[in-house]
Amino acid sequence: MRIKLEPLRQEAVKNWQELQSFGQPIILVGAATCGRASGALDVMAAIGEKMKELEIDAIVRQTGCVGMCHSEVLVDIIKPGRPRITYAKITPELAKELVEDYLVHDNAREDLAICVQGETPDEDLQVRVVMRNCGHIDPNSITDYLAQDGYMGLAKALEMMPQEIIDEVKVSGLRGRGGGGFPAGRKWESCLQVESDQKYVICNADEGDPGAFMDRSVLEGDPHSVIEGMAIAGYAIGASKGILYVRAEYPLAIRQLKIAIEQAKERNLLGENILGSGFSFDLDIFQGAGAFVCGESTALVLSIEGKRGMPKPLPRPRTSEEGLWGKPTLLNNVKTFACVAQIIHRGPDWFKSIGTEKCPGTAVFALTGKVNKCGLIEVPMGIELDKIINEIGGGVAGGRAFKAVQTGGPSGGCLPADMLNLPVDIDSLTAAGSMMGSGGMVVMDDSTCMVDVARYFLEFSLEESCGQCAPCRVGTEQMLTILKDITQGKGREGDIDLLVEMGKAIIDGSICGLGQSAPNPVLSTIRYFRDEYEAHIRDKECPAKACKALITYTIDAEKCQACGRCLKACPTQAITGAKKTPHTIDSDKCDKCGICFSECPDRFAAVLITTGGTESSN
Amino acid sequence: MKKEDVKFQEIFSRYKGDREELIPILQDTQAIYGYLTDPAMCAIARFLRVPQSQVYGVSTFFAQFYFTRRGKHAIKVCLGTACHVKGAGRLMEAFEREMGIGCGCITDDYSFSLERVNCVGACAIAPVVMVGEDVYGHVESKRVKEVLETYADKT
Repeated sequence: MRIKLEPLRQEAVKNWQELQSFGQPIILVGAATCGRASGALDVMAAIGEKMKELEIDAIVRQTGCVGMCHSEVLVDIIKPGRPRITYAKITPELAKELVEDYLVHDNAREDLAICVQGETPDEDLQVRVVMRNCGHIDPNSITDYLAQDGYMGLAKALEMMPQEIIDEVKVSGLRGRGGGGFPAGRKWESCLQVESDQKYVICNADEGDPGAFMDRSVLEGDPHSVIEGMAIAGYAIGASKGILYVRAEYPLAIRQLKIAIEQAKERNLLGENILGSGFSFDLDIFQGAGAFVCGESTALVLSIEGKRGMPKPLPRPRTSEEGLWGKPTLLNNVKTFACVAQIIHRGPDWFKSIGTEKCPGTAVFALTGKVNKCGLIEVPMGIELDKIINEIGGGVAGGRAFKAVQTGGPSGGCLPADMLNLPVDIDSLTAAGSMMGSGGMVVMDDSTCMVDVARYFLEFSLEESCGQCAPCRVGTEQMLTILKDITQGKGREGDIDLLVEMGKAIIDGSICGLGQSAPNPVLSTIRYFRDEYEAHIRDKECPAKACKALITYTIDAEKCQACGRCLKACPTQAITGAKKTPHTIDSDKCDKCGICFSECPDRFAAVLITTGGTESSN
Repeated sequence: MKKEDVKFQEIFSRYKGDREELIPILQDTQAIYGYLTDPAMCAIARFLRVPQSQVYGVSTFFAQFYFTRRGKHAIKVCLGTACHVKGAGRLMEAFEREMGIGCGCITDDYSFSLERVNCVGACAIAPVVMVGEDVYGHVESKRVKEVLETYADKT
């Protein structure tokens, strides 16, 4: 059997090379959701306008997200014979200047550039496997993907026996990237071993963790890598149908995927008799209707069947044995599938050479919160937390002190400063009381209250609980009541121990992963920040000065210059004063919204926040 | 046939009438009015030949579906983790104060509705507010008025 990918590939490579050597400048605009939120489409329009005005020819293309969300809108310009230059924080006005200065007057505008040759400043720390094409190719162009060795993994797989593919995946040591970290090869094998007339491959792209957007970026920036991975999986386990379960809140990702699927079908990379191999595989998109619990495999399957997404209690067969419509179903995360295509193409040994022995490969994190460089990063497993936050992330924003980093979303936990030397992989995070989850990483500084963070996550889990088992439904609510009391200064002695006891009971008693992990944020903050809980309960004090019930706003009469800014801004008219008369806050009227605090100029710093006897100014 | 029945029929014509099509049908139906009306739920139940209780059961399970009319401009304050640590809670209070309604409510003239979302995935520009399809990043409490005024004229 001869797999006919080579003609497609050669054509794509030719196209790609032509594009690079066409003699025309190429302008790339990062137009994934984050870029668009920062005005990427306006920037593209401005570039088009300016080119028309100046009568310049250039190729303007959209790309996905390269990960530097802190510098959006990103524009790359490649002039023939010159290195590729990446420009940061481009507005429509700057874009016009840039087009004129660089393309007409040959002034490369180094003041706006952040890097050359597409190398991010922290290139040596990051390794791109899942995100290798994001921000470099046009996600709407299958030839771009083919030119980057796309679908070579699939072509190779189609010439192998299913068991050989599974063996390669097993040897590579790839573990599920959705949070559980289950060895992918073993899951695939159990699917293969079940005899069935129909099997399914499902890609879980129902990214519901607040603070995580890795899967979205991959789908928006490189949809074919996921499609290829799913097709390989389909061939390996003997499934002819795949479903991409995508959050309905990701309209752009859905649009890109639809285009990508159509293009793959046109070139016979999906559909009947793929590349003449005799293997057929179809892909559909299912839009998830917004339920966090549908990240659980049985709940996800039920929702595709048009039912309420309530996880099935144990004992029950694994989804890989009895899943969608009772048929064997392989369920993996977006990033897992994106890795697979690479593993087959480049071989398991290459994959094993990245990361750690027990967790080979890379981890993709959405690095956000109080960090200087928010964005998407891909690092080898085993890298220290400190390197991620202080080197790649550029440290804590605003020169404040690092307090904690939260990973794993509502199922994970918070790690304190003395854990910064922790090598990050699936197991080490779990051992530290947190979790890798699907890859959210939120940095917190000394103005974030850890009790409040625990309350926040628990509230999320409570709302998303499907409600069928009591420990999760009732238990989380009771824990939340206690946490709310603590943040409101009504905490009692013994509350902390009670929270720990209840948390353990919920973990033991819940039937699915949501309940079994819901107490984690509370337990991990108690483990590492117990003193903060104690301060709330004993001293009625919020050390981070964040809990409204425990703080008061006052104005330092000596520092106040009576400028009137806070007085005008106060939404509840709680501030009185006049010209040359220092202002005062009427605590009965004060809503503690904090606007006066942010309005007061730094050079005066007259608005003070007090909690339980200590005070601070801006 | 009533006008809205025609709209439902047009949606149903794209489906076979199988139970598993319920969620896509609900999504398409909601796109007509922005929420699921009682007649719509009734029509869907008939089309799929399932009890209305099951149609309600499934639709109330998922956060995407609404059962009351939405405001002309839906304001969504993101309360994802990154937004939360950057003060989204206070931002939500500022919207509530400025609009005179609580989260999940609609202004009397149906021009605005206010709701929370759990993450729009634009964490790098937190705190984030969405008005319809427009995304606002780095929103401070004092900008709330300005954001609302942008849309006040368009009602």
